[in-house]
Amino acid sequence: MRNAAAQPAIEGEVWPGVAWAVQRDLRLALRSKAELGVQLLFYAIVVTLFPLGVGADPALLRALGPGVLWVAALLASLLSLPRLFAADFADGTLEQIALSPYPLAALISGKILAHWLATGAPLVLLSPLLAVQFGLEADELTALALGLLLGTPTLSLLGAIGAALTLGLRAGGSLLALLTLPLYVPILIFGAGTVEATRAGLAVEGGLSVLGAALLAALVGAPLASAAAVRIALD
Amino acid sequence: MFRSINWFKFASPASFYPVAGHLIPWFAVPAALLAAVGLWLGLVVAPTDAQQGDAYRIIFIHVPAAWMSMFLYLVMAAWCAASLTFNARLASMMAQALAPTGAMFTVVALWTGALWGRPAWGTYWAWDARMTSELILLFLYLGYMALRHAIDEPRRADRASAVLALVGAINVPIIYFSVRWWNTLHQGATVSLTSAPKMASIMLVAMLLMSFAAWFYAIAVTLIRVRAIILERERRTTWAGDLAGAAR
Repeated sequence: MRNAAAQPAIEGEVWPGVAWAVQRDLRLALRSKAELGVQLLFYAIVVTLFPLGVGADPALLRALGPGVLWVAALLASLLSLPRLFAADFADGTLEQIALSPYPLAALISGKILAHWLATGAPLVLLSPLLAVQFGLEADELTALALGLLLGTPTLSLLGAIGAALTLGLRAGGSLLALLTLPLYVPILIFGAGTVEATRAGLAVEGGLSVLGAALLAALVGAPLASAAAVRIALD
Repeated sequence: MFRSINWFKFASPASFYPVAGHLIPWFAVPAALLAAVGLWLGLVVAPTDAQQGDAYRIIFIHVPAAWMSMFLYLVMAAWCAASLTFNARLASMMAQALAPTGAMFTVVALWTGALWGRPAWGTYWAWDARMTSELILLFLYLGYMALRHAIDEPRRADRASAVLALVGAINVPIIYFSVRWWNTLHQGATVSLTSAPKMASIMLVAMLLMSFAAWFYAIAVTLIRVRAIILERERRTTWAGDLAGAAR
């Protein structure tokens, strides 16, 4: 009865919804730390494979570095996307979340934020260390880390749409890659381009501004599209 | 003054099915005629190019295909938007019917571009901005079709693929401009279509005829395909059953 009385009060409230979802998903993520570690290890291993594949020539690695680190970040983000909704979908929690009086887009924004804090943010912190292995200079490291800081949340936001669309489908994983990776292209171009621009002696602000603009646009649109996709999957 | 037409009447698959059947010849026959005249003008009448020889003649197929590949994606996204807003089954069927034709034109544009690039640029593939964004457009088409195929329930497939097509449509210009920006940064291909010499008018006429041929062909093929989709999805209704009974 108390819940029924409380319902109109929280109807349509955005921020409490976001906060609740962030809190819940972060708590869940922190209780499976090993899984989070595996995501980071994947990033490190993919990056390590490139020198083994193309040879250890320092000039070549320096040229490839920004692209390799960004492509690996894209793949790591892609690999972590099923975590976002799949478990909640499988045990019916997602249905309960969709039924709650909070706006679904707000709850999903919270889930995406928690997902980024658990998988994207550690990757941003790890990236300068891996970049040193590729012989990137200090200002390039800064450009890389700042670019990833602005870019990886956008990857999580765009990926959430794909993750929601492929919920419960056969071959969901490879389908998710096909749907999501083409949408990642602009982020990759501007992210790696910012590091290249630093190398050429250009200012980083241009590329970072574009990444920031993409983040803001995705922040507005992606939760709504993801919420629509979740509702379609639950129907 | 105006005879009012109830457009929503034709939003029902049952009443659109015969209309589409009547429309098909009106698009298929002009498509064949336009293509015949266009190809004759382009391959026989148009003069040989001073710089590129006869290799340039592939543009009479390449350019219309490239135009259609992008245009059809927008049309498909528009049908998807209509299907989401009006919850109209026929709109999603149209989008579903357009996708393979759009993907086909994208492949043709890429393929003929590679064939033209070999004599003109000396390479089958360069990471030119247009080529790269065309390739990504192909991935978007294939993603749309793959998502449709992966979902068994038609209504969920309609709506999920509609969301995907709309997200893709917002992204197409962003991808195009980001790829251009990337390409200028890398100083890639120095030859571009925009720097080509002005076209002789006979070539332009041939190209326009071929474009209309491609357009009419796309409409005719889409109508044929949408009829098949309608029959497949409405096979349990009485009208489709009657139709099958009459054909038997």
